[in-house]
Amino acid sequence: MSAAPDHKPTFARLSLGDQLGRATPYLLIPALIVLGYFAIGAPTSWLTLTVSGLAMGMMIFIMASGLTLVFGLMDIINFGHGAFISLGAFMGISVLFWLSGWATAASLPLNIAAVLLAILAAMLLTGVVAWGFERVIVRPVYGSHLKQILITVGALIVLEELIHVIWGGQEIFLNRPPTLQGAVTFAGAALEKYRILAVVVGLAIFVALRLVLRRTKIGLIVRAGVQNDEMVEALGYRLKLVFIGVFIAGSALAGLGGVMWALYEQVITAGMGENMMILIFIVVIIGGLGSVEGAFIGALLVGLLQNYVAFLEPKIALVSNIGLMTAILLWRPQGMMPVVKGH
Amino acid sequence: MPDPILRLTDVATDIAQYHILKGVGFEVPRGQVTMILGRNGVGKTTTMRTIMGLWRNKAGRIDFDGTDLSPLSAAERCRAGIGYVPEDMGIFTDLTVAENMTLAALSGPPDAARLDWLFTVFPPLKTFWSSSAGNLSGGQKQMLSIARAMVEERRLYLIDEPTKGLAPAIVSTMVGALRELKRQGASILLVEQNFAVARALGDRALVMDDGRVTWSGAMSELSTDTGLQERLMGLSLEAT
Repeated sequence: MSAAPDHKPTFARLSLGDQLGRATPYLLIPALIVLGYFAIGAPTSWLTLTVSGLAMGMMIFIMASGLTLVFGLMDIINFGHGAFISLGAFMGISVLFWLSGWATAASLPLNIAAVLLAILAAMLLTGVVAWGFERVIVRPVYGSHLKQILITVGALIVLEELIHVIWGGQEIFLNRPPTLQGAVTFAGAALEKYRILAVVVGLAIFVALRLVLRRTKIGLIVRAGVQNDEMVEALGYRLKLVFIGVFIAGSALAGLGGVMWALYEQVITAGMGENMMILIFIVVIIGGLGSVEGAFIGALLVGLLQNYVAFLEPKIALVSNIGLMTAILLWRPQGMMPVVKGH
Repeated sequence: MPDPILRLTDVATDIAQYHILKGVGFEVPRGQVTMILGRNGVGKTTTMRTIMGLWRNKAGRIDFDGTDLSPLSAAERCRAGIGYVPEDMGIFTDLTVAENMTLAALSGPPDAARLDWLFTVFPPLKTFWSSSAGNLSGGQKQMLSIARAMVEERRLYLIDEPTKGLAPAIVSTMVGALRELKRQGASILLVEQNFAVARALGDRALVMDDGRVTWSGAMSELSTDTGLQERLMGLSLEAT
């Protein structure tokens, strides 16, 4: 055989159209905001609704990010994810009641400290429960979606009943800490302080997740594992440990989202997480299974659309997100930013 | 045979209800290229995946440099010193070329001198270092797959059909790269359907049929004995 000739690469650079195609999901957010501006007409109402939509979207993203990673990496359909939202909310609100001196003081540092401790406790509890949940509930049903659906729905019911046993069957009402109540006025629009905080927290979680996934070796392993878990194993990484870590982290994020949502709604019930699951699944599906970026964009679209439509035509607000999902799946059947599976 | 790095003894592997490997036994000498030949469906890829631990053998023993691999996971077998290039290349298309290579370097960032060497063997990898691996051509993906297995020195390389579906010019590049790896003293177990490539690289050959090794010996013996080729594989290397 002759010596190897010079090899001329045949790599084709992406055309402008292709590059724009990749960025399109990101462009949908400003496009929807602009569309909302013209549809609503009144700038102050539009601004209030936009901030409200972004806040709602960020909180849904926090809850959905864990689920999409778990599905992408572990191929697990976890309907029990909703229970971690409820569990996080109940734990967090319990801590806020225990720290009522801090939570009701008219001091921003004390209020923030109380909320941070509540979030920490919620994430800790949901993380620990998730560890047991993975070992007892999920591990026996790897590879079987039907069994996963059945057993995780069962586990969701059991965990909700456990919440009833521990915290009682009644819904619990709560007030936000004083410095997180009320609104600030900007450009004539009233913007709720808590919604601004939710936007900041959601953005921080998104940036942190992106940094971990893009800049660290563990992030690299997770991203590769989402695509081809077998090959990651063959490259020397024990993916089972990564699976457990991602499941715990994803569930802890659900716990964090539960606390944020509880303070947003100012009422908690054992079924609150279950009720959120429809929106969360819509976000995960339209984002593309396994894609954190897709879930982020999907959550913001869902939050914004729901708020705009509820203002313009309340009767169709409930179906607006189903319409959004249908439209996106007609455009991109695998979701906006699908992760290509290796096998 | 002196000092084999890998020895399979009566290895049997089932996939679902199918008995794919039915008692495979062979040795891979240290520092040599051993070819696995045979028609489609005779168990070549299953043999590679079983050695790597991606499918578990239900019987038999796999010894790697004196260690029984059977209880070890795929990850542990890699860390024991086995590099693997699967038939489908196993490229992470959502990652960049750099990220694919970084992932394969277990002991830290890839060694700069070794990367330079790999870039001389596979120049496109340097050109497209920061590009998404999903945008590479088929040949470039195969280069990346082999380079990824070579980013750190391994004691044994399992390479499954590296020239499958590639243009002749790229096949030549692959052969050059594998020759270079061989020159450095690597032990290689290579599945190959292209007999010209097998003849160019192989020191020893195994012929498989129906989940068993039906012949093993020197590649030179097989490549010069057309009668043996026809008897074992139903075709002649002279025709290729």
